[in-house]
Amino acid sequence: AVSHYRLFPKALGRLVSALGVRELHLALTQGFWRTQAWGQPPLQAPAGAELWVWFQPTVTDVDKAWKELSNILSGIFCASLNFIDSTNTVTPTASFKPLGLANGTDHHLLRYAVLPREVVCTENLTPWKKLLPCGSKAGLAVLLKAERLFHSSYHSQAVHIRPICRDASCLAVSWELRQTLTVVFDTFSSGQGKKDWSLFKMFSRTLTDACPLASQSKVYVDISPKNKEKELLEVTPPSASVHEAIVQGDKRTYAVYDLLSPSLFNTSRSLNVQLKWKRPQDSSELPIPILHAQRYVSGYGLQAGEISTLIYNTHPYRAFPVILLETVPWYLRLYVHTLTIITKGKENKPSYIHYQPAQDRRRPHLLEMLIQLPANSVTKITIQFERALLKWTEYPPDPNHGFYISSSVLSALVPSIVAMKDVDMEQSPLFTSLFPSSDGSSYFVRLYTEPLLVNLPTPDFSMPYNVICLTCTVVAVCYGSFYNLLTRTFHVEEPSRGGLAKRLANIIRKFRGVPPL
Amino acid sequence: VVEGLALLDLGVSPYSGAIFHETPLIIYLFHFLIEYAELVFMITDVLTAVALYLAIQDFNKVVFKKQKLLIELDKYAPDVAELIRTPMEMHYIPLKVALFYLLNPYTVMSCVAKSTCAINNTVIAFFILATIKGSAFLSAVFLALATYQSLYPLTLFAPALLYLLQRQFIPIKLKSKSFWLYSMQYASLYLCSLVVIICLSFFLLNSWDFIPSVYGFILSVPDLTPNIGLFWYFFAEMFEHFSLFFVCVFQINVFFYTIPLAIKLKEHPVFFMFVQIAIISIFKSYPTVGDIALYMAFLPVWSHLYRFLRNIFILSCVLIVCSLLFPVLWHLWIYAGSANSNFYYAITLTFNIGQILLISDYFYAFLRREYYLTHGLHLTRQDGTEPMLVLK
Repeated sequence: AVSHYRLFPKALGRLVSALGVRELHLALTQGFWRTQAWGQPPLQAPAGAELWVWFQPTVTDVDKAWKELSNILSGIFCASLNFIDSTNTVTPTASFKPLGLANGTDHHLLRYAVLPREVVCTENLTPWKKLLPCGSKAGLAVLLKAERLFHSSYHSQAVHIRPICRDASCLAVSWELRQTLTVVFDTFSSGQGKKDWSLFKMFSRTLTDACPLASQSKVYVDISPKNKEKELLEVTPPSASVHEAIVQGDKRTYAVYDLLSPSLFNTSRSLNVQLKWKRPQDSSELPIPILHAQRYVSGYGLQAGEISTLIYNTHPYRAFPVILLETVPWYLRLYVHTLTIITKGKENKPSYIHYQPAQDRRRPHLLEMLIQLPANSVTKITIQFERALLKWTEYPPDPNHGFYISSSVLSALVPSIVAMKDVDMEQSPLFTSLFPSSDGSSYFVRLYTEPLLVNLPTPDFSMPYNVICLTCTVVAVCYGSFYNLLTRTFHVEEPSRGGLAKRLANIIRKFRGVPPL
Repeated sequence: VVEGLALLDLGVSPYSGAIFHETPLIIYLFHFLIEYAELVFMITDVLTAVALYLAIQDFNKVVFKKQKLLIELDKYAPDVAELIRTPMEMHYIPLKVALFYLLNPYTVMSCVAKSTCAINNTVIAFFILATIKGSAFLSAVFLALATYQSLYPLTLFAPALLYLLQRQFIPIKLKSKSFWLYSMQYASLYLCSLVVIICLSFFLLNSWDFIPSVYGFILSVPDLTPNIGLFWYFFAEMFEHFSLFFVCVFQINVFFYTIPLAIKLKEHPVFFMFVQIAIISIFKSYPTVGDIALYMAFLPVWSHLYRFLRNIFILSCVLIVCSLLFPVLWHLWIYAGSANSNFYYAITLTFNIGQILLISDYFYAFLRREYYLTHGLHLTRQDGTEPMLVLK
């Protein structure tokens, strides 16, 4: 249970203790991280809203707790997380192992859901900022103004709660709340073709002081030299210290600005970090990440299609396994006998497959596979599906926009080229990874592929009455003919006297003197 | 079926998803035969044709015998000579029936598509053969197998019972003891074989999962994939509130014609069987063209009714045109995107109306011939003029 609310927000603390949550990870993302252009993401999240939670073993009805949790979080974050229900929740067996302290991992206590259609906007940023101890009034969070933050190519805000050891001896357990915000500003197009940036240009604000409740408040600027060339860029004001760290298998250098050190605000009242490039950069040579993936849907027409995932392993000599988790909604019926995995032209059999087929209107498809990726290879995974026709009330208000398939998740321990050493959490909290790694030779990476948009065949929404009437007419035709044939018998017809019209016509004819009908 | 086998190989129950809806016996049959799938379907079609050939051959003999009996008993009017059927004209009918089934484009399409409907047709054909030959045990077993595959052949119990009673010369009176005795015997044979087959399926896969997946699926119609029937669009556009009500109404509609038809056609159980099979093919929840091929194969048996059919030209045109338009409008809706689901739905409606009117036309012609047989072909009124014959 959470008992101290000096730094930890009360809303989340009460939530965690009331519903028996062991770990909670919520990410709200707008946009997709373009790995080819921007390099390896620090912590990627799928487009839309992603929520995954480990519950305590004491929770008896996990589904009920999950439903309550998503509703309460939807209220806290002003996001429509209440649309999370059994049709988009899955229970992965191999991915999403707990990131905090855990004893025993019964995967029935895990729930994972993604809402790919969720839109993130300023209403979601405000409650996220409110969770910070100083809010957006002091410290680094003064920079986070919504109108500049959403003027970006990628915006991802996340909340991670997990239990951790309080110190190295691990005698007591604390709750850690980690809030991350990842934004990609496009200064190239807005900065007249130059890639120079400054805090004022990006956020239209500068830093003035640190949050009084913070024990550390630092700004790190990546000044890693590329290709061993120095003096390619210049950072003003000059930083007091330089920090070197190995992040995701890459050695990087950072200029550090410590807002708590008294010497920082000596010269000016506010801190505006600026970066200028000495030489114009025509092409950015970002290192290709060792593991990256793409996904697309192929096929034509509204009956069937194929989902293809391409996974690239660019490490020159090491092979490693990757766990792929795919969640496909029930109305795209996957055919698992069409699943093929091809690496370098040959078939690649996964060492572990867990497939849970969907049930109409109840749960989605879940496909988890452990695939071995050989060094320097491309693996193509394809599976075919058929599109279902839904009832007319089940379509969203804009049915021809299509339906989203949430991103698939790739989890892997990527071998790093540079040896990494354990980072002390007290010294540099930014560089302690959220993901625990057992040794320094590999780092954990969780990647997400693109969300897909597929169209389903639509009935005509303006026709419910017409359809009911016409179909019932056909049934009535059958009923009527059979009723006639079954209940009536043949009779010789009596000559009839003629109806009223005939009699009137005969009367008129008699007056005219013409023979009657 | 291939998907079900793949799921079984992965260690997951084939019924845990929503794709596989065939019975466990089919899974086990195809477990061994999946390599030779095309050959299997061709053989089943040939078996159906052979079964129908033998059945109709026997049936013709029965018809001729009955006709001779009725002539000797003087039940027919004097001037109906041209309506009496001769062995000459009946000679080629079994061959025509077999050819009608094998050469029907619907049968060919269903064989190429490797639809398990062909297996259902074979079981029903064997059931008809067993019934006409008079073996109550085999007929009950095949009927149980057919009901186990898809629920609707349950309604064929009544015509089979009537035929077997007729064959044993047991009169159909509600008070008669032998009638009840025989019916109970037949019903218990049928129910026992059904129970045995279901328990066998349970032991094959060690779970009762297949019951909601197979029978619950047929009865509750959750999957709305477009087919040639009436159900799919109706339930796609149904208000949620009434969905259960209309599912029940549609299902009752299939079973509901059995008792009235049994009362009207108790002298002619094979015609009753034909009409019943046609009603099943039109109103079942997931009809396919293979079902239509089965009842159309019987049409040569009643070719002598041709002179009494009223709308046969229009109906055959409707059926042919609709069959040609089905793939066109499907392509336009799903692939070209230039048509709506309404186009395909309209063709569904027209096709089903065509089938319904075809069956009722044949029914009308059959009843009219019976009337003429008993009342004479040339009817005159009291004043000697040619009268009209109407249903009143």
